[in-house]
Amino acid sequence: MSVAAPPEAQLAATGDVTVLGAARAYLEKVRAGDVGSLPVVFGMVIITIVFTAKVSVFFTAVNFNNLIVQMAPIALIAIGVVFVLLLGEIDLSIGFVSGLGGVAVAWFQDPGTGHHVPGGVAIALAIGLGALIGLFQGSFVALVGVPSFVVTLAGLLAWQGVIIKWIGSQATIGIQDKYVNDMANYFFTRTASWVIAAVISLGFALTTFAGLMARRRAQLPIGNPALSAIRVGFVTAVTFGVTAISNHDRGLSLAGLIVVAMLAFWTFVARRTTFGRHVYAVGGNAEAARRAGISVPFIRIAVFMISGAMAALGGVLFAARLGGVDLSVGGGSTLLDAIAAAVIGGTSLFGGRGRVVAALLGALVIRTIANGLGLIGSSSATEFVITGAILLAAVTLDTISRRRLERSGR
Amino acid sequence: MNETSPTLQLRGVSKAFGSVQALQDVDFEVRDGEVMALVGDNGAGKSTLIKSIAGIHPFDSGEVLFDGKPVQIHGPKDAARLGIEVVYQDLALCDNLDVVQNMYLGREAHDVIFRLKETEMERRTAETLQTLAVTTIRSTRQTVATLSGGQRQSVAVARAVMWNSRVVILDEPTAALGVAQTRQVLDLVKRLGQQGLAVVLISHNLYDVFEVADRITVLRLGRVVGVFETAQTNQQEIVSAITAGKATKISGPGDAGVEA
Ligand SMILES: Nc1ncnc2c1ncn2[C@@H]1O[C@H](COP(=O)(O)OP(=O)(O)O)[C@@H](O)[C@H]1O
Ligand SMILES: [Mg+2]
Repeated sequence: MSVAAPPEAQLAATGDVTVLGAARAYLEKVRAGDVGSLPVVFGMVIITIVFTAKVSVFFTAVNFNNLIVQMAPIALIAIGVVFVLLLGEIDLSIGFVSGLGGVAVAWFQDPGTGHHVPGGVAIALAIGLGALIGLFQGSFVALVGVPSFVVTLAGLLAWQGVIIKWIGSQATIGIQDKYVNDMANYFFTRTASWVIAAVISLGFALTTFAGLMARRRAQLPIGNPALSAIRVGFVTAVTFGVTAISNHDRGLSLAGLIVVAMLAFWTFVARRTTFGRHVYAVGGNAEAARRAGISVPFIRIAVFMISGAMAALGGVLFAARLGGVDLSVGGGSTLLDAIAAAVIGGTSLFGGRGRVVAALLGALVIRTIANGLGLIGSSSATEFVITGAILLAAVTLDTISRRRLERSGR
Repeated sequence: MNETSPTLQLRGVSKAFGSVQALQDVDFEVRDGEVMALVGDNGAGKSTLIKSIAGIHPFDSGEVLFDGKPVQIHGPKDAARLGIEVVYQDLALCDNLDVVQNMYLGREAHDVIFRLKETEMERRTAETLQTLAVTTIRSTRQTVATLSGGQRQSVAVARAVMWNSRVVILDEPTAALGVAQTRQVLDLVKRLGQQGLAVVLISHNLYDVFEVADRITVLRLGRVVGVFETAQTNQQEIVSAITAGKATKISGPGDAGVEA
């Protein structure tokens, strides 16, 4: 089964309708080059257990909420990375594009200057700027044929320069706008949090159910309904679990909700629209896609625009969390964290294989390690080494799975 | 003399890649319900010919007629609109996608907001495979990466005939297959002809060609050597045409060779 297909269709490919059959189907999927999210979920559980045993403050509601807000910008940027990796391309500019998004939103909302616009407009302008940068870079890749590695490496340098020039004289721009700040600092009331949890769980359950019913009406195999029930049960448990913990502190964060909303939206785009299907096709076999009449340049440019826009949105959350931007915005480990997140989450570097949710899973792993090590009091040196090792493990898994595929002559 | 015009006809088409003249002044035709074989040595220009017909890279000069009317093919979409479908030598399937997704690649059924009609596509895929008696594929939701060579070829052929196509072109469909799978694919090719499609079969294997083809066009170094009726020729004659470029006999219901 293909990760490009909706889950209900993937389950149908199981053929064998037992849970054991589903396990066998998973192995088959791994053999077909798709590692999936199981290793990273497993890793996440281990990481959580280790840190909980080591530091008492790790598994607390306050730290939990902090962790989600820290993770949110990386997860958002990584969503764009997933799309770029699905194409088999790379975008090295996302760090400083996110920085530019932060600078743009800070600059536009700045009351001290003549261009003071409402927070919502400033956010939209920042995202638009990111998309525009993606259009520019993507055009070089798609229309001229310059390798994305080089185009976006040039972007990495150039956008950093633009950032320094833009905020150069002031050195920092603070964010006063309430709406912009809320992006990282707003928490829902406890009641609202429960309602949100209910809506998310119910929405997921209904979507799953509707998918199964549509197949049944069309008299197509639906696999084992128990597997769908397990999925719904899992998502419901996680949603309410997260809400319960968050409600011990300030409640659900708006930042976390933005991540969930973006995951839902982009998962829909990737799996249930023609555009998403074409992204997977171009990443799997660009020549086949071209012969099938798909406009490969259009798909490439659009994906780089998604990457730019999501990077800028992530940058807005970064800036909101820090209350402003300075000359270092978008630098540091932003770029590598976002790419590592997508890859650790299970997106193949070879194109055509991966899910949007990988962005969340990978970002969780990376930020949890950083957060936990910070609480233990380890240096950032340890964090770099451990994150690097996990990244290497993820890519190794991906490569081995891919090599098996080639050896079987397909 | 056959009065109806050929389904697809090329008149004096040429194609060069830089200094390599891949096709020169080529005439070619295929009719409804006919299997036309296209044979020639490596580099004779067979793949180039069909890629140009499919709109992958246009001819430099010459005329393309469909049902007797001149047409322009500028891209894969133009060819598809006319009902010309190609099964490429390098299969042009996406390994990471499943059977349904490959069958509908680039032509997905969708609603106004571009949401895929997944169930409709899956059902029609199953139906098409059934009509073509392709029974070895366990689930249409398997990724193509997990299929055998013969199964992949069947998917590629099924994709080509699903679209009310008129002309189906197969480039070396049996080249990479074992005996049993070759059998399957040849049967499939015969069935396409019997269903009234105009079929173009490119093959190196003259046994295959003589088994399924009604006529044979021989290409050599980018030029047509001749068009032969399978029933009135033999392998020796074809081999000498392929290697030495000797056309001893030119025939066919449309007398394409004579018109040229
Ligand atoms: N894309 C291309 N660029 C340059 N030369 C090509 C290209 N495609 C084919 N050719 C050349 O055109 C000639 C015919 O090739 P082809 O059509 O593949 O032959 P066949 O399929 O009959 O073996 C060969 O000399 C080949 O090298
Ligand atoms: Mg060839």
